[in-house]
Amino acid sequence: MKNLILSTAALALTAGVAMADTVRLGTEGAYPPYNFINDAGEVDGFERELGDELCKRASLTCEWVTNDWDSIITNLQSSNYDAIIAGMSITEEREATMDFTQGYTRPSPSAYAAMSADIDVNKAVVAAQTGTIQSSHVATTGATLVEFTTPDETIAAVNGGEVDAVMADKDFLAPFVAETDLTFVSEVFLGGGIGMAFRESDDELRGKFDAAIASMKADGTLNDLLDKWEIEGKF
Amino acid sequence: MSCIDTIQSYAFRSLGFGERMLPRTDFTLCEHFTLIGSGMIWNVYYGVLAILTGFLFANLLAVAKNSNSRWARKPAEWFIFLFRGSPLFIQFFFGYFLFLSLKGVSPMFNPLTSAALGALIVLFLNTSAYSAEIFYGALRSIPKGDVEAADAYGFTGWFRFRRIMFPTMMRLAWPAYTNEAIFLFHATTLVFFSGFPAWRQKGDALYYANYFADKTFNPFVPYPILAFYFILLTLVIIWIFGVINKRLNKHLPQAAVKKLKIRPNLIR
Amino acid sequence: MLPLFPTWRATLRHPSALETTRKRPAIFAYCSDPSVLDGLPWLSCYLTTGKHMAFYASFGTVLLLLAVTAPTALLFGLGGAMAARARFALLRWFGKGYIAIVRGVPDIAFFLFFVIALDQGIEWLRHKVKCPDWTEPVRQGSEFLVCDIAKMPLSSSPQWVHEVYGFWVAVFTFAIVFGAFAANVLFGAMQAVPRPQLETAEAYGMSPRQTFWRVLMPQMWIYALPGLSNLWMVLIKATPLLFLLGVEDIVYWARDLGASKTARFTAYPHGDWRMWYFLALLVFYLLFTRVSEVVLARITKRLSRGQATLDGESQRKNAGSTT
Repeated sequence: MKNLILSTAALALTAGVAMADTVRLGTEGAYPPYNFINDAGEVDGFERELGDELCKRASLTCEWVTNDWDSIITNLQSSNYDAIIAGMSITEEREATMDFTQGYTRPSPSAYAAMSADIDVNKAVVAAQTGTIQSSHVATTGATLVEFTTPDETIAAVNGGEVDAVMADKDFLAPFVAETDLTFVSEVFLGGGIGMAFRESDDELRGKFDAAIASMKADGTLNDLLDKWEIEGKF
Repeated sequence: MSCIDTIQSYAFRSLGFGERMLPRTDFTLCEHFTLIGSGMIWNVYYGVLAILTGFLFANLLAVAKNSNSRWARKPAEWFIFLFRGSPLFIQFFFGYFLFLSLKGVSPMFNPLTSAALGALIVLFLNTSAYSAEIFYGALRSIPKGDVEAADAYGFTGWFRFRRIMFPTMMRLAWPAYTNEAIFLFHATTLVFFSGFPAWRQKGDALYYANYFADKTFNPFVPYPILAFYFILLTLVIIWIFGVINKRLNKHLPQAAVKKLKIRPNLIR
Repeated sequence: MLPLFPTWRATLRHPSALETTRKRPAIFAYCSDPSVLDGLPWLSCYLTTGKHMAFYASFGTVLLLLAVTAPTALLFGLGGAMAARARFALLRWFGKGYIAIVRGVPDIAFFLFFVIALDQGIEWLRHKVKCPDWTEPVRQGSEFLVCDIAKMPLSSSPQWVHEVYGFWVAVFTFAIVFGAFAANVLFGAMQAVPRPQLETAEAYGMSPRQTFWRVLMPQMWIYALPGLSNLWMVLIKATPLLFLLGVEDIVYWARDLGASKTARFTAYPHGDWRMWYFLALLVFYLLFTRVSEVVLARITKRLSRGQATLDGESQRKNAGSTT
């Protein structure tokens, strides 16, 4: 299930390194500001710029591949790409099957957004995308969980009055709150920041990216990127 | 938790009874089988109701399409073309969209946006169109002699249709209609997968299979279990339709029955 | 109803949007700053973005896939039907089992795990052949690991190789599913060829093999055609499931393009326009169905010529009356 096509923007780097390994980076392409498909039909967003910079620092040639969220982990494990860089929060369950780099965002808040601020998120009808940490969280509260297959449908549902609120990463909701009638109701911290995921057997590659992330944290370039894409939290 | 306990807490989870929280860690095979089986309740619900209601409407459509009157024929032809010519996936999308807009018109339409009713209506319309085409084909191939004999006996109108044409039409259409029924049951898996949202984690078999695949990161256990259930279901459908087929063909000599069965009839 | 040209488009534009849409292919010169456009010019720019081009190209992908899958599935069907009629019991069971099992499982369920299984199966076979000295287990927990040179395609291959490989895996998966249905139809068609035709062949001294290839094979198509036509129609309507197989098909793009877009991430923000995109898909499918119906009706007519069926008979009579 490689989701192929798109964005073959292989970064031909550091001339002279002829045998540079090609590292395939898997992303979803439907989760702005982290990753999305821009007007030109290419992978774009915070993670696109971050990934390209990391590859440059680690002297690797990288290729971007998009894959459906549902099967994004299975396809990593069956080696159809080498890393997931798709706004994936570091959680215990995921740690059990994959290895993450250090987080490249601060533990990011998930937020409830609704048409009116005076709803009780523990009693309301709340929409979330199927198979996300947010849908798992809502299932544990007293709220009525309504699951949609794509994040866009959750937004459409709250706009259409089908549900009282939507729960997703705050950064994903922020532009909708800024430009439409939605308002934030409350926040919850779920997961431990966002990191790149690798197969457990791929420690060497993970080490390279981990070091590159650390160097970006050290020289402040990561903060600049976070600023540019208006993602909360700094290092 | 022993398997009996699991069955007690999750057997009717898809309907909202039993344990509210789905299993979250240490997934057992028993949980897989119980929850996916619980989801099958919805697949059977959609399949059975859509076939029963669709059967009646399909007969009406087939007769309308065969009618000499333009006013009866054209709408039937367009209805059948529209629903046979577009993917069910897109029909679900438009169905849900339409029901949402209707909800704005009057609260009377509220139940339509729930999967239990809304998806059933879409499936009903879809299977009606496919079955109508099968019945229409069968209606066209009723032996001329049968109808002439009925005329000779002075049978007319409803009585002629009910007693002479309908049984023959059913007999001719049955193998293809069996296929349609199987397809319809398979199509019910699309309801939560792409059409309607799942409330309170109440979904069909595919929804739970998907849940397990997502949580265990292993698609090779839940989906084959789902396949196993559907093969069982298909066998049951074939058996029931076979019994009816026997009844429909009771009066014919055995050689003729065989000949009917192998008609490479319209399949969906 | 959905506003076609949202009024907040120009006002709420985010400054960073200009930077993020780096490579905007300007088909029309005036598209360089869509925020000042309105009405038709805006629409003309919007509909020619790179993303829309990918959307249009995906129609080609779907058509190509159908064109390749149909004959492949027919081949699988032929194999399945022949196996199901075989005198050798094991082969017969295999043929009947294939038809029964694949037909019994919903295609979505099949697509959701079969492609990965297929991909891993191919890599495992290559692994066995190419790296016999490998000692570590191929399966470690839920990970599937083979040696580098056994990967399909090699991870160093260019992206287009991956795309082509993915396309063929999709074709193969579709062919297996629809091959089972085709096998069922062809099995019925082979039984439907009138006995006397086969007996005549035997009377001429043909061996069973000759009878099969020279008489049964050419004669069965007219009986198989109604079933195969319907199968073709079903195949067309199964293409929205392609995105499950990792091919970015028309539904994938329609969903992505139609979803509401904020000004931060696109130069063309709009509300929820999925309805319009799905309407376009609906029209595409209806037209395609219509064209298929017309073409298939012609083929039926052509194949009926000289056949011992009602249609063939009436053609013969009509031809006789005109001379």
